[in-house]
This record gives sequence, C-alpha cells and structure tokens, in this order.
Amino acid sequence: MTDLLAARSQMAMSLAFHIVFAVVGMAMPLLMLMAEGLWLRTGDRLYRTLAERWAKGAAIMFAVGAVSGTALSFELGLLWPKFMEHAGPIIGMPFSLEGLAFFLEAIFLGLYFYGWDRISRMAHFLCGLAVLVSGTASGILVVCANAWMNHPTGFELVNGLPTNIDPLAAMMNPGSFSQALHMTIAAFQSVGFAVAGIHAFMLLKEPGNRFHHIALNIALLVGGVSALIQPFSGDISARLCARSQPIKLAAMESHFVTEKGAPLIIGGWPDTETGTVSYAIEIPYGLSLLAFHDPYAEVKGLNDFPRDEWPPVPIVHVAFQVMVGLGTAMAALAVFCAYRVWRKQALPLRLIVLSGPMGLIALEAGWVVTEVGRQPWIVYGWMRTAEAVTPVPYLIVPFTTFSLVYLGLALTTLSLLRAHVLRSPREEELA
Amino acid sequence: MIDEPTILAAVLMIALVIYALTGGADFGGGVWELFSYGPRKAGQREVIAGALAPIWEANNVWLVLVVVMLFVAFPRAFAVLSIALHIPLTLALLGIVFRGSSFTFRHYDPAGEADRRTRRWGLQFAVASVVTPIMLGVCVGTVVSGRAVTEQGAPGSFLHSWLHPFPACMGLFTLALFAYLAATYLTLETEDRGLQDDFRARALVAAGACCLLAFVGRTLAPRLPVPLELPISLEILTGLVGLGAVACLWQRRFWLARALAALQVVCVLWAWGVAQFPYLVPPALTFHGTAAPTAVLRMMIGALALGAFLLLPSFVYLYRVFKRR
Repeated sequence: MTDLLAARSQMAMSLAFHIVFAVVGMAMPLLMLMAEGLWLRTGDRLYRTLAERWAKGAAIMFAVGAVSGTALSFELGLLWPKFMEHAGPIIGMPFSLEGLAFFLEAIFLGLYFYGWDRISRMAHFLCGLAVLVSGTASGILVVCANAWMNHPTGFELVNGLPTNIDPLAAMMNPGSFSQALHMTIAAFQSVGFAVAGIHAFMLLKEPGNRFHHIALNIALLVGGVSALIQPFSGDISARLCARSQPIKLAAMESHFVTEKGAPLIIGGWPDTETGTVSYAIEIPYGLSLLAFHDPYAEVKGLNDFPRDEWPPVPIVHVAFQVMVGLGTAMAALAVFCAYRVWRKQALPLRLIVLSGPMGLIALEAGWVVTEVGRQPWIVYGWMRTAEAVTPVPYLIVPFTTFSLVYLGLALTTLSLLRAHVLRSPREEELA
Repeated sequence: MIDEPTILAAVLMIALVIYALTGGADFGGGVWELFSYGPRKAGQREVIAGALAPIWEANNVWLVLVVVMLFVAFPRAFAVLSIALHIPLTLALLGIVFRGSSFTFRHYDPAGEADRRTRRWGLQFAVASVVTPIMLGVCVGTVVSGRAVTEQGAPGSFLHSWLHPFPACMGLFTLALFAYLAATYLTLETEDRGLQDDFRARALVAAGACCLLAFVGRTLAPRLPVPLELPISLEILTGLVGLGAVACLWQRRFWLARALAALQVVCVLWAWGVAQFPYLVPPALTFHGTAAPTAVLRMMIGALALGAFLLLPSFVYLYRVFKRR
C-alpha cells in the first residue's frame, strides 16, 4: 500500500465513521425536542421518558462524534499539510464559524444532558433548541468547506499560488447551497429512518406498546418528510454537477461518449477499457432530461477528458446507483405509509424495519460519489490529491491503528445502544 | 505595533491558556483516576467523574479552536507542525479519542460500577488522560527548543525533532501541571473532608513534581540560534504565585488555592508566549511571516468577536449551573 493510498484510506475511513455520528448530532435533537415539546404541552410523562431515552442514546453518539470530529480537524493537517497550507485561509470562514457552532453545541449539550433537574423546563427546552440550531449549523458549515473543494472560488491563482483571497466568496461558492441542502435533508432522513426502524422492530416484538408507537410516529414523520423532499434537492445538485463538474456526472452515470439526447443508465457495471456498461437499463433521453431539463441537451462524456483526470468510474457509478436506488425506495415507503395513515390502516412495520439502515447507507454512498468522484483532485482543477499528501512515511501504521480503534468504538457503541434502545421502559418510568 | 497577526497571536495564546485551565484540568482528573487509592478510592473516582461529566466536551473544543486558528491564520506554521509533530500529535489524538469515548461508555454502561467491563473503561480513560498531556507537552517542548523547523523553514524530521530529552521533560511537566491543577480544583468538588484531604495531598505532590521538572527542563533547555528571552520579572512572579498556591493548599484555603493555581498556569503559559513572540515556530517561522492575507485575518477576528459574544455568556451559564456550590 502506497503512502498516498494509506492517507486516502485513513481520511475516507475517518470521515465515513464520523459522518454517522455527525448526522445523529444534527437530527436527534429535533426528535428529542419533539418528544419534549409534547411533554411540555400534555404533561404526559411518557413523552418525557421518550425524550430522556433518546437523549441517553444520543449522548453516547455525541461523545464519539465529538472526539472523532476533533481527530478530523487534526487529520486534515496530519495527512494533507500542503492542502491545508494553501486552502486553510481560503476556507477559513466556514471552519471558524463551524468551530463556534461546535462550541455552542457542546456547551448546550452538557446543559441538556445533565440539566434535566437543575434548570427550568423552559430553559431546558431552549437549551435543546440551541443544540439543534448549532448542530445543524455546524454540519452545514463543514459541507460549505467541502463544497469549496468541488467548486473552488474566492481567489485567483498567480504563479500557482492563491492570491486576492475573498473568504466570503469562497464560503458562498456555487456548490454550498445545493450540497448543504442535500446533506441536511439526508441527515434528518437517515436518522429518522434508523430510529423508526428500531422502534418498528420493538413494536413487532411487543405489539400495541404505546411508547414505541409514539416514538415510531415522530421518527417516521421526520424521516418520511425528508425522504419526500430529498429528490428535489438531488435534482438541484445533479444539475449543478452537470454544469460545473461534468466529469463527475459522467462518472456517476458511466456516460463515456458526448452526445445530445443522452440516455439515463440505471445499474450495470462500467468497463473503462471499452467504454461500455454491461447489464444496465437504458432510458432514452433520460440523462439529458434530468441533468439539463431538456431531452436534447448535450451531455459531456468521459472520453472528452484526459485519462489521468478520470475518477475511479466503477466506484462512483455504483455508489451513485446505490444512493439513488435507496432514496427512491425510502420516498416510496414514505408515500405508502402516508397512504396507510390516511386510510387509517396499520403501518407496514416489517418494511419500516427493513428501511432502517437505508438512509445511512445512502448517506455513505452519497459521500463516496462526491469525494471519489472528485479524484484525482483534492481541490477540483487546482490541486491533485497526490500533491497534497504529507511526506511522513509509513502512513499505513496510523491508518491501521485508527481503523482498529474506530472498529472497536463502533462495536462498543452498537452494543451500548442495544442495551439502551432495544428495551421498553418499565412501568415506573412512565408514571 | 498591534496589527492583525499580533491580535490573532494573542487570541491563540488566550485559547491555549483556557484550554489548559479547563481541558487540561479534565485530563488531570483522569490522571488522579489512575492514581486513586486508599480507603476512599471509590469516592475519589466518583468526585472526578461528577466534575468532568457535563463540561469535558465543551472544554475539548478550545483545542479545536486552536487548530482551526492555526490553519486559517498561520497556515504555513500549521503545515510544518503537522509534518514534524505527526507522531506525537497522532498519539495525542488517540488519547483524546480514547479518553472521551471510554469516559462516556463507562457512564452509560448498564453493567454498573462493579463490573469488569466498567473497570476497563475506567482504566482506558485514565491511561488516555496520561498520554495526551504528555504528547501535547512534547509538541510544545519541540517547538520551544527550535527543533520543529530547520533554520531554512523546512519541517523538522518526523522522528528526530521530538525524540529528545527536552521535549520529553516538557511532556512530563505538562502532565504534572495538569494533575496539579485538577487536584486543586477537585478539593472544591466535594464536601467530604477526607476526600478534600486526599486531593489536597495530591495537589501538593504534583506541585512538587512541577517544580522539580521545571528545574530539570531548565538545565536541559537548548541554546537557540535566535534568543528567546524570558523576562526575569515573569519568572519571579510565576514562582511567587506558585508558592502562594501551595501555602493556601497547606492552610486548606481551597478557593484561594484554586485561583492562585489557575493564575500560576496562566503565568507559565504566558511566559512561554512572551519568550517566543514574535516566533511561532522558532527559529524560522514568525507569526507575521506565516500569517494569511490581511483580508482573511480580519474576517477571522470578526468571527472570533461574534464567537466571544455568543460563547462567553453560554460558557458562564454552563459553569454556573454545574459548578456553583
């Protein structure tokens, strides 16, 4: 394994690990606050127990998210010093504000988790609200910094070095809005479906349990609404990608030859040598229609770009298919659940359990699309990933170490969550 | 002259000082978990856990702030340090990851205190709390001794720059300092006189260790190509404050002891900052030489001002709710 590959693997592994905890930090506060708000309105103890139980599970996730996030802020420099040296000042604005948001989140989390009996009910609710706002803001800001790597703006290159830096323009780069929107919805969607899946599972074991029924309703509402609006934000992202990163779109779609009225390729396995895709379904004019809202629009193919600027096409293609496929399945399930509720029929619990992991898998797949799809660039069109890597040797050692540590953390978190979450509250907790 | 890099250098120092006073003391708490013994062993651990639980995550963010400030405002220095200090920083990170996660796992493990697994979390938490301060101190020691960067401004060797007696001594000094701070704070976290005495004794031992390591550090201190001058007045002030803190501990005046111990840490770090300024990474990199363009620095100062406006009241609220007795 080369040092570059080890560094890339460590970064990918750290991000893939952290992102699960990050979305919980963004979305769980909303679920907790909905339950707590119902408690404040109705005075029904069950809602407070639900909020507290969710808070317990979230607290474990938050702690692991906080430390793995701290690790990431160092890893940026430890693995990619040259990238940070040149890009750090340009994307300093979102990172500084993100630091601030992370700070507020940590402060109000302490108050929320340990303050149930120390501050007034209203103050407690407001602390939760502060966690929700700062947690979501912190996610959005990090995504703005990432969007800049896809759409580098806010500076001029003079002799290869960035000058005339405008940090605000860099933060408000063309990708920020669509990427942050897509990611924020994804956070609420994936966490909503995961939590709904857990409580649906418990309901299958204990039919009629009111606690899990209410929990399921809240989580499904958040996840379902997100799943229904997510395709629209996906459309915005895809159209931006078609215009500003055509090679990434071409890789996502395994679209090799530039043509007008390009077909949409669903599924299949691309062969980069022959420039063909086997076992795929083709929908005529589909890609032109989706990418430019015009069936006859010209879509650039991979063959128009030098070979050394191609991302790993099969990975990007498959990840994109996985994301879109799961997104479609979740949206369909959301429609089906809404229909069942409208007809006053029981919710399809087995399907909801099945959909539990879909959001998180789609989330990871989506990040594979945007990150692997940007390769070989670390900053699109300006700096290659290979140029940015640290000169420190034996990077396989930290990669292996962090992988083992994170594997251990993941297993422990899962087993602790299992002990807390897969359990119905006892009578006295609800009285 | 006060310009943007100077302002940000000062804010960087302030953030480091607050991190030492809050996050540093949290690590010190973990050190005393490792050295908890005697008839009140369980009580000591309970006090430590109760003191840390609501605040450690917030305190940890000061370190993130330092990192972000470094790469935004002084990117060249950040890149050089990330290369030369790759190994100690990675070890410090592993410590941070293990410390926070095992502390939380123990708190939420339904197995309970007596269980073997719970004890393992406790041990992990304690060992990680020892490793991280040492590694952070090693990094500071490497920077101070001018080994992190060559005179031409290239990053120092990823091994030889920090693998040296002086950084090692600074690592141990940092550990002792954090442990001293934590023990002094902990005297105020309990009403139990026996436990107060336990932490008082620990604070005095740690104070002795700090003193010893400071003298060892002085004899090991290398001569730099550029003079780092420490004003003698600051040294004397630090010494006097330290003596005062020890005297107050001795007389069981814990409130005053806490204030003086904190002031002592402020003095130690401030002396380091004063001695080093205008160098960020001596002997080659200065704050001004590595500063990002002025537009970026101004923007950052604005963000920090906004941050202070929101953060300080929130922080005060957090501490008022959990630390007022």
